[in-house]
Amino acid sequence: MFDTPIFDTPMQLFMGAIAGFIFGFLLQKGGVTRFNVIVNQFLLRDFTVAKVMGTAIVVGGVGIYAMLQLGWIDALHVKAAHLLGNAAGGVIFGFGMALLGYCPGTAIGAAADGAKDAWFGILGGLFGAAIYAEASPWINANIMTIGALGKETISTETGLSPWWFMVGLAILAAGGFWALERWEHGRAARQSLAI
Amino acid sequence: MKNPAKIGRWSPYVVGVGIGALSWITFGLMDKALGVSTSFVGTAGAIESLVAADHVQDNAYFAKYLVGSPLINWQFALVIALAIGAFVAGWLGRSRQSRAVPEVWEARFGSSKAKRFAFAFLGGAILLFGARMAGGCTSGHGISGGLQLAVSSWVFLIAMFASGVAAAMLIYRTGKGASHV
Repeated sequence: MFDTPIFDTPMQLFMGAIAGFIFGFLLQKGGVTRFNVIVNQFLLRDFTVAKVMGTAIVVGGVGIYAMLQLGWIDALHVKAAHLLGNAAGGVIFGFGMALLGYCPGTAIGAAADGAKDAWFGILGGLFGAAIYAEASPWINANIMTIGALGKETISTETGLSPWWFMVGLAILAAGGFWALERWEHGRAARQSLAI
Repeated sequence: MKNPAKIGRWSPYVVGVGIGALSWITFGLMDKALGVSTSFVGTAGAIESLVAADHVQDNAYFAKYLVGSPLINWQFALVIALAIGAFVAGWLGRSRQSRAVPEVWEARFGSSKAKRFAFAFLGGAILLFGARMAGGCTSGHGISGGLQLAVSSWVFLIAMFASGVAAAMLIYRTGKGASHV
């Protein structure tokens, strides 16, 4: 923005728009633009969020590592690990998400989907980002320095092939979701009997 | 068969496969990873610069995202189009939301809009502060980072879910029968 045009190239904007449209469409169809779905996930009453994210991670990961192996893509986009920042940020994020009932992406989707409270969440988000910028010198000096491992994956960190973990995750997801579906069907049957 | 776009709610597994396949496209064709929360930094900095441009440029964190790089970039376009995609999905499926106060919130805190909006603002502020400390959100860390097996992202994911469960139990559990909502 400063010292540069405000707009990126039309091609970049076009590609971002395509990805964003599909992403927003899928989030709404999945029901995760809804406060009740997200909060009920944290209350362990509705597992939609876990199903969407777990499936996306396994399907996406198998594809990305296959493309990397075939040489279709040159590199990954791994974020550097700052273990204390990742963990503390995750804890703060989880609290905020339980209170707001949306995450940053689903708040934007929810606002467009008609949820009026999500607009206030977005405004709050802008405020939170600005506060973070003010706090960042202290955080960089005192938190980001702890557990700064760099752009490591579980595979590079352990020296094992990523396929061990991808296959493990796929088995875990398939087994976990199968058991979850069985349990949910049983719960639904018990509830209909009780009524 | 009914047109899938007109169905209000899809199977979460179908949606998960769709988002996974979308990540193949963003990595393979665009050399990018799905993410959202960085755009909040750029937008917050741009708004703040309307009143205090020097202050924003002098802040190293804002400068990293704003000096020498365009505000309206790939991810910004993604965020805007995300809203359009969600709108179109709800409109075609006749499943748009209309409530200002969600049911689960109302069951615990009542139907006051002002109260809900105030806590949504506070929740949003905490959410983005946490996302920036962690270096990403549910999209950038949770999905894009998770599928790459990034150490940073799995630490975030575990911390986020554990904290979300604890916080929701603390905030919404009343102890007396709201569990059917």
